[in-house]
Amino acid sequence: MARALINMPKTARRGEVIEIRALIGHPMETGYRPGADGVVQKRDIIRQFSVRYNGEQVFAAELHPAISANPYIAFHTVATESGTLEFSWKGDNGFAQTETAAITVTG
Amino acid sequence: MTSTANLQRRKLLAAGVALAVARPAFATREEMVAAISAFTGGATPKAGRVTLEVAALVDNGNAVPISVAVESPMTANDHVTAIAIFNERNPQTDVVKFALGPRSGKALVSTRIRMATSQKLTAVARMSDGSFWTSSADVIVTLAACIEGEG
Repeated sequence: MARALINMPKTARRGEVIEIRALIGHPMETGYRPGADGVVQKRDIIRQFSVRYNGEQVFAAELHPAISANPYIAFHTVATESGTLEFSWKGDNGFAQTETAAITVTG
Repeated sequence: MTSTANLQRRKLLAAGVALAVARPAFATREEMVAAISAFTGGATPKAGRVTLEVAALVDNGNAVPISVAVESPMTANDHVTAIAIFNERNPQTDVVKFALGPRSGKALVSTRIRMATSQKLTAVARMSDGSFWTSSADVIVTLAACIEGEG
């Protein structure tokens, strides 16, 4: 399991636009870089990132080798109701990880 | 003594040639235009509404902070559906594609990207009405992202 960091407010007013920042530990090996032995390393990147808010997709990203190691993505969403946000990363070599974060919406 | 020196020189030359061959091909301006055209489905994106924020001079091409903002009310009828970032001279022209919608609330995304050399970046936004908007920025990179293994 890679280490994932998710930074978002725990509470928000209904209708408020909140910023969410997500970072995950991953080498994002481009497939263009030779290793210490001079042989080009196989590509190993995260391809997909998606966010579901109580089951409904609110944000997604398609990543390419030009994304830095330990991909960091910041985006916004509208706080509609209390519940959970599910963050999932999928990549090469069967990489898959899902993290969840709870939000309480008032008003 | 002389022959050894010659041999060393020959080896060095051979290594130089091997290095030049192993260098991965950079993408070209035409490839970026083609990639953008594939994203827009042939339409030419109009300049404006998109703000691409990136430093004009970056020290480290391995992690270049970049953010894209698009002017849009982000309502159910009028919102940004996708934002894509392209580059000119990395081995691949695609950088990232974001999918947004009315639930985004605000069309503002940030990430960190790799840049193989000084080049032009282009952000293209697709709106819910099918129009495309674009903005570009030229970036000078002093230390390139390690695609050749020297970094």
